Amino acid sequence: MTTVADQLPRQDSPREPAKPSLRHRLSRWDVTFSPYLYIAPFFVVFGLTGLFPLLYTGYVSLFDWEVGDDDPKFIGLANFTALLGDPQFWNAVVNTVSIFLLSSVPQVIIAVLLAALLSLRLRFPAGWRVGILLPYSASLVALGIIFANLFGPRYGLVNAMLEAVGLDRVEWQANRFASHLAIATMVNWRWTGYNALIVLAAMQALPRDVYEAAVVDGAGAVRRFFSITLPMLRPTLIFVVVTSTIGGLQIFTEPKLFDAMPGSNNGGSQHQFQTLTLYLYQSAFEGFDLGYASAIAWLLFLLIVLIALANFLITRRIATTTGPKR
Amino acid sequence: MTALGLRSRRGGSRLFVYATLVAFVLGSLFPFYWSFLVASRDTGMLSDHLPPVLPGGNFWSNASRVFDSVPFWKALGNSVIVSGTVTVTTVLFSALAGFAFAKMRFRGSNGLFAFIVVTLAVPTQLGVIPLFIMMSELGWAGHVQAVIVPNLVTAFGVFWMRQYIVDAVPYELIEAARVDGCSVFGTFVHVCLPAIRPAAAVLAMFTFMMSWNDFLWPLIVLDAGNPTVQVALEKLQSGHYVDYSLVLAGTTLATIPVLIVFLLLGRHIVAGIMQGAVKG
Repeated sequence: MTTVADQLPRQDSPREPAKPSLRHRLSRWDVTFSPYLYIAPFFVVFGLTGLFPLLYTGYVSLFDWEVGDDDPKFIGLANFTALLGDPQFWNAVVNTVSIFLLSSVPQVIIAVLLAALLSLRLRFPAGWRVGILLPYSASLVALGIIFANLFGPRYGLVNAMLEAVGLDRVEWQANRFASHLAIATMVNWRWTGYNALIVLAAMQALPRDVYEAAVVDGAGAVRRFFSITLPMLRPTLIFVVVTSTIGGLQIFTEPKLFDAMPGSNNGGSQHQFQTLTLYLYQSAFEGFDLGYASAIAWLLFLLIVLIALANFLITRRIATTTGPKR
Repeated sequence: MTALGLRSRRGGSRLFVYATLVAFVLGSLFPFYWSFLVASRDTGMLSDHLPPVLPGGNFWSNASRVFDSVPFWKALGNSVIVSGTVTVTTVLFSALAGFAFAKMRFRGSNGLFAFIVVTLAVPTQLGVIPLFIMMSELGWAGHVQAVIVPNLVTAFGVFWMRQYIVDAVPYELIEAARVDGCSVFGTFVHVCLPAIRPAAAVLAMFTFMMSWNDFLWPLIVLDAGNPTVQVALEKLQSGHYVDYSLVLAGTTLATIPVLIVFLLLGRHIVAGIMQGAVKG
């Protein structure tokens, strides 16, 4: 008995590594190759429909490329130089930045204050949160149409209310600044609650003991908010600001639907609220100039990167200088 | 915790807090209400000096005109197909990739995951022109697969699932399943999937809403005869003369289903957003 028992493993064990069973090998391949198989869908889809088009945009931008053109002509950087001398392009840049500032600055401030209110001990906390998030569920198209109606020059409710309280009506579509304000209102209406929830989540994760220490030191509520809450929220604020930058600079649906001439891609009779993405769309699918539109896409991308970077630096600085010394 | 410390005070500030919140919620609701108000009356109402406060009785007649003006049934069907497919594939592929990144060791995993995170910051809309050229070459322009394929899986989905699976699925369970002879896919199905149901549900809701509300790309690649709901809405509005009762009946029809889903699942959506937030 003992000899058999001793011999059996001795016979088996040298054989095992030399010639693993088929089952064992299959299992090893399974472990080695499965992860690549599982992550493959993302890389295939992104490679073909995200990365390749993005790079190809750069290629197209170097051509005089009309829609349906069989033989596009290589023109180097001519599209870019033409763009830099194109007043409509610069007009779109100014509009985009203006609408972006009018939307993201108040949005972040109100979101932080709203989050502070929501962080109090309230009745029906979930109910309030759902309530302020309602706008997030609206489609941008529905929203664009509804707000275009509310801000309508003749029969719009906003003007009716202005008149009711004895103020002058505003030409929300025709006046450049007013149109930016109205479009920013749409953006703010949709995103403020969403951002407030993100800030709220971060607030709830802040350590309590710091607040207790501050109370012991005699810091009032406002002081605690500015000296503790805000600086400690820094990473979240950076996140909110950067994401709203990326979204805000690509704004398209709102200005497209805000036009008094529905279906036009001009962004107003004088392009007074034409944004970069809208100009891109107009150049590509109305002017059929794909090369020019691709050049706009790249300059827009550049602008987004620059402003996101500037935002990042500014937010960091503001949050650090008002906060406790690190 | 009380960020402003108002909890300690009495009466006045409580009232202020609730009044502010009530104002916010009413403000959130108002555009929806206004849209329904106009949709339920005739267009002449807009020229009245003082707009009415209560809805009228014309909603169904306006709504039926929507179906006469644009292929709205087809649009609804397309939106359901697009959003449904995209939601299912995004959740499935994201869960698989998330599982691989969270629980399996393989060469290059860190680099590949970092790459996915970086792509989160790249606005994919900037590639719409070549994408449109591609779709035309493939003969897909005008068909729903042109909207579905680029959205089969998202970087956000993979990121989201990985973050969740890291904590939610213990290594011990995976090893136990392996010892019992489970294949890797078997482990994914029997161990990982049951554990990630909450995160999968949140991702599904987000994906469905995003896809349902997507506009720029469907507008570019689909035509008026075969639209999604959002494209159909835009076509309703883009005539020379805008019949607002008609157009806002369309927006109401398109919004009400989403609004109902949102109110039913609102708590979970809120929890999902707060969970996904970047924390200090």
